[in-house]
Amino acid sequence: MDARREVIESLRRQIERLHSGSRPRKALPFGVTPIDGHLPAKGLASGALHEVIESGPAAEFAGAATLFAAGILARLKGPVLWCLTRRDLFAPGLMQVGLHPNRVIYAETGRDGDVLPLIEEGLHEKGLGAVVGEVTKLGLTASRRLQLAAEASGVTALVIRRWWTVAQKDLTHAPTAALTRWRITPAVSDDLPAQGLGRGRWQVELMRCRGAEPCSWIVEACDAQGRLALPSNLAHRSHPAQVRGSAGG
Amino acid sequence: MAVAQAQALVPDLHVMDADPDGEAQSLLELAKWAIRFSPVVALDPPDGLWIDIAGVEHLFGGEEALLKTLLGRLENNGIHARAAVADVPGAAWAVARYGKGGIVPPGRAVDAVSPLPVQALRLPPQTIGAMHRLGVERIGQLAAMPRAPMVRRFGREASLRLDQAFGHAAEPISPIIPEETTVATRIFAEPIARLEDLKLVVCQLSEEICRALAKRGEGVRRLDLVFRRVDERGAALRAGAAKATRDHKHLARLFDDRLETIDPGFGIEEVVLIASRTEPLDENQIAARGLDEAEEEADISRLVDRLTARVGVGQVYRLAPVETLVPERMAEKVPPLSPPARSAWPDGLPRPTRLLDPPEPIITTALLPDYPPAAFIWRRVRYKVNKADGPERITSEWWLGDQHRTIRDYYRLETDKGARFWVFRDAPLSEGGRWWLHGFFA
Repeated sequence: MDARREVIESLRRQIERLHSGSRPRKALPFGVTPIDGHLPAKGLASGALHEVIESGPAAEFAGAATLFAAGILARLKGPVLWCLTRRDLFAPGLMQVGLHPNRVIYAETGRDGDVLPLIEEGLHEKGLGAVVGEVTKLGLTASRRLQLAAEASGVTALVIRRWWTVAQKDLTHAPTAALTRWRITPAVSDDLPAQGLGRGRWQVELMRCRGAEPCSWIVEACDAQGRLALPSNLAHRSHPAQVRGSAGG
Repeated sequence: MAVAQAQALVPDLHVMDADPDGEAQSLLELAKWAIRFSPVVALDPPDGLWIDIAGVEHLFGGEEALLKTLLGRLENNGIHARAAVADVPGAAWAVARYGKGGIVPPGRAVDAVSPLPVQALRLPPQTIGAMHRLGVERIGQLAAMPRAPMVRRFGREASLRLDQAFGHAAEPISPIIPEETTVATRIFAEPIARLEDLKLVVCQLSEEICRALAKRGEGVRRLDLVFRRVDERGAALRAGAAKATRDHKHLARLFDDRLETIDPGFGIEEVVLIASRTEPLDENQIAARGLDEAEEEADISRLVDRLTARVGVGQVYRLAPVETLVPERMAEKVPPLSPPARSAWPDGLPRPTRLLDPPEPIITTALLPDYPPAAFIWRRVRYKVNKADGPERITSEWWLGDQHRTIRDYYRLETDKGARFWVFRDAPLSEGGRWWLHGFFA
């Protein structure tokens, strides 16, 4: 019996070691206490693959998802590689959340499938702050490869899922090896006392996360430094009121 | 002769400082140019060139045609030149400068040189003076003198030059070495076809090239890899480096992914790697880790090379701000390693993250003619507008003039679902302005 227990113990230790090896060391906090508290790494784990999906009226254009990603990039250090297939990105918009154009290098290809090798190539480069890819199709194998590359180099990978047809949209529900999957939906912003538009507001959903339950928050959109914030009229409510039920897969 | 004396003789004399260095440089340039006629070109300062045309004259249709081409081209470039073809450099030198030029038939150097003055022997002025004092004016006279007393009188050099002019003594010329492109070649006894073998060969070749370039203090900017197959067909790959480099591992990696695209057919029997573009590259002192206080800016030139090798030149870029207000023209592609832009887009003005280019027309309804839309239809979907901000008037630059003047009134709209759009009207409503959707915030 003792021998058996010993074997089991040693196996457990091995598994633990394996886990800690692949566990990301650092994380980038969002600066929003409920989100950071919910995430196992107390922030967006660096050296891992994260997916961002947009839903909403103009979700094909991923305006909010792009801004969400750019806000994260703005708070990271180092140059950023942005791999894309379409030329609809408007760089001055990225500067609004603090991502300076000098930091971003774009790599453009004509085909969706060619973006993934570019992302992987970028993830091998330790000097980069992060790699962003705009991808329609992200399979399990491909995402695992990216995740491993990110773990090895410690570079954060963000994948913005783009889709143009209903069939392509369904692809975004397929499982991937990404550490987290976020869904950004524009939400109605606060009324200002006068005419005009205030700070945007998003519903940020954590749809999938290794080691945490799905969850959803309403936050104020990125500011000039790329920071999210809790809406002032929600910030002082009790915790359950602002955390809505999960949106599911 | 003093300048004053010269000016007295020629009233409108143009005086210029001598520029020996500049002239030497020009002569070198001319020698490089002359390599098109023959690979062996030597300098004969201060004003001559030797071109060894042995074995190349047939390429130009014979010696005569070669001379004509050479002189014609020089003439077209404003260079008055005389040229002669002879068996030996000494004879050609003499005939070109003191004879009529042209072609000295093979074996007739003695006949061609003998009637020329002794100045044609490339001897120092004192020796020439001594010869003149003794009444030796022509080379033929000198040659007719008994050799031993002549050497005693005029020195060994006179004898040597005489023999060189007649072709009795060899005269080596030292050709300039043109800047060659560095090439590394592998020829296989047995043709190879396996991808692994090709990769290995490319690795070795790039190592060889980097070693050769290190001696010359250069780094690679562009590499061409050429394969020759057994059936004489070829294939080529090209890779560029954003910064001059001599890292052979990095260079080999640039070809790695694309080697698969090479069809080896029945086998490849020759692989050539050519450093088709190089730049000076000094050895760099590598900063010791931890000594530099500020973290060095990450060197991403290698990444850029690898990406460029994958997607092609021009597909890896940075977007730099352009000083314009028209959104479509606000960013321009610049090479990824170009120096950081100093100016930036004006901040504080809300701009979308995604742009529709070209803008798409929308149908709007507004409460009052000059109000922002209360609802709009885009791609057959109706959006109800809850909040709006604007207008922000954007006009084209004043220096473009009135002809291409565009006036746009931009509004930010938020729908009842929270999505934010960037729309504009291309003219005031009274002038028939239409509404367009241009971008997405969220």
